[in-house]
Amino acid sequence: MRNLIHFLYRYHAFLLFLVLEALCFTLMIRYNNYQGVRYFQSSNRISGFVYAEFDALRSYFSLRKINEELAIDNANLRSRLLSVSGAEEPPEIKITADSTNAYRLLPAKVINNSVNKQYNYLTLDKGARDGVKPDMGIVCANGIVGVVVNTSERFSTALSLLNSRWSVNAKLSRTHHFGPLHWEGENPYVAVLNEIPYHVGVQEDDEVVTSGFSTLFPEGILIGKVVRVEHKKGETFQTVWVQLSTDFKNLHYVGVVINPLADEQKELEKTTINE
Amino acid sequence: MNKGPGWYIMLFTTAVLMQVLFMNNLQFSGLVNPYFYILFILILPVNMSRVVLLLLGFLLGITIDAFSNTPGIHASATVFVSFLRPFMINAANLEDQEKGMLPTIANFGFRWFFQYAAVLVLLHHFFLFFVEVFSFHNFFSTFFRSILSSIFTLFFIGLSQFIIFRK
Repeated sequence: MRNLIHFLYRYHAFLLFLVLEALCFTLMIRYNNYQGVRYFQSSNRISGFVYAEFDALRSYFSLRKINEELAIDNANLRSRLLSVSGAEEPPEIKITADSTNAYRLLPAKVINNSVNKQYNYLTLDKGARDGVKPDMGIVCANGIVGVVVNTSERFSTALSLLNSRWSVNAKLSRTHHFGPLHWEGENPYVAVLNEIPYHVGVQEDDEVVTSGFSTLFPEGILIGKVVRVEHKKGETFQTVWVQLSTDFKNLHYVGVVINPLADEQKELEKTTINE
Repeated sequence: MNKGPGWYIMLFTTAVLMQVLFMNNLQFSGLVNPYFYILFILILPVNMSRVVLLLLGFLLGITIDAFSNTPGIHASATVFVSFLRPFMINAANLEDQEKGMLPTIANFGFRWFFQYAAVLVLLHHFFLFFVEVFSFHNFFSTFFRSILSSIFTLFFIGLSQFIIFRK
């Protein structure tokens, strides 16, 4: 017993070191398994508050740039409107948009963002109070941004597309072949699209868009353009590098995709898998 | 030379805010992210008890984690550095009257401080970057990123010495 106490006394710093490291690794692993540990998240009250306050200050300095972006966005939308109203014949078949079933966008502001980690996250200034829930997609004017993982009352955190833990289902808009698109962890402008069969003639500048298979995004939202294709000998699939259309280094306003049918689709898919 | 607890709380807050509001937004080519906050561990008094050092290291890391959605990652690296720091201090064979001092350039000279800070910053960054990717896959890419970031961290730590701790 005396030896034990002596041992504990002699190595108390080393033992404390081991205990703290064990605690850290437990936190890490728990977080990887199921996104719990909500208090260590940037949507918690204190860090959310600090980011929101700082962003309020910082956004004054980028007002000019944001204005320009909004003006360009407006001009694009207006020109699309002109081309619709200027069409000679209105399309005969009209799909009646049932307003309760349609996708909606909830505008939100990015108050924290990173591009230089392996696992990048965003913090948005909208939370559960505004109707944001986990598993909602996020888009901006140029393309897709990420997916919400956690919400608090007034803030939410999201996985950025630049997070190697996440991949999104994408397709080539010309040929409609689809596969998972994920980020490799280095260049914030390029992601990789896999599982495209080798017989598909992928060309540079082909557009890559969302497939619409998941409940996160509607079909056909731009992700980027093909910059490079590689087909290794003996493999059935080719690897496609995609230049992302979203500039993750310059995100200010985004839209959270609200899909009223998400729950129904997920429920149905779950029962089918279980059978 | 003795500073009150208020001074340390201020230093802690400044280091955290500098990190999460400024350093995390620095983007040199997307590869470099300086982790300046480690300065707090580096300049605690020379004779600080190892237990307090470890606990402060944990507190600092978990605070940074709370701001960057990385529970445990920064904390594990700061605890690691807090554990190694006494060995670096002991290696210096300090005189008794120097034991209550802060290990800064102003007190111990540029050469000593640079060696001390460089070793600890490099170890911190290696530990952090490898825990972050959690594999030795792409070893040299991770290695290179941690060295590059260490250089920038050391630069900012050196700069802070001339701004805050002038004699």
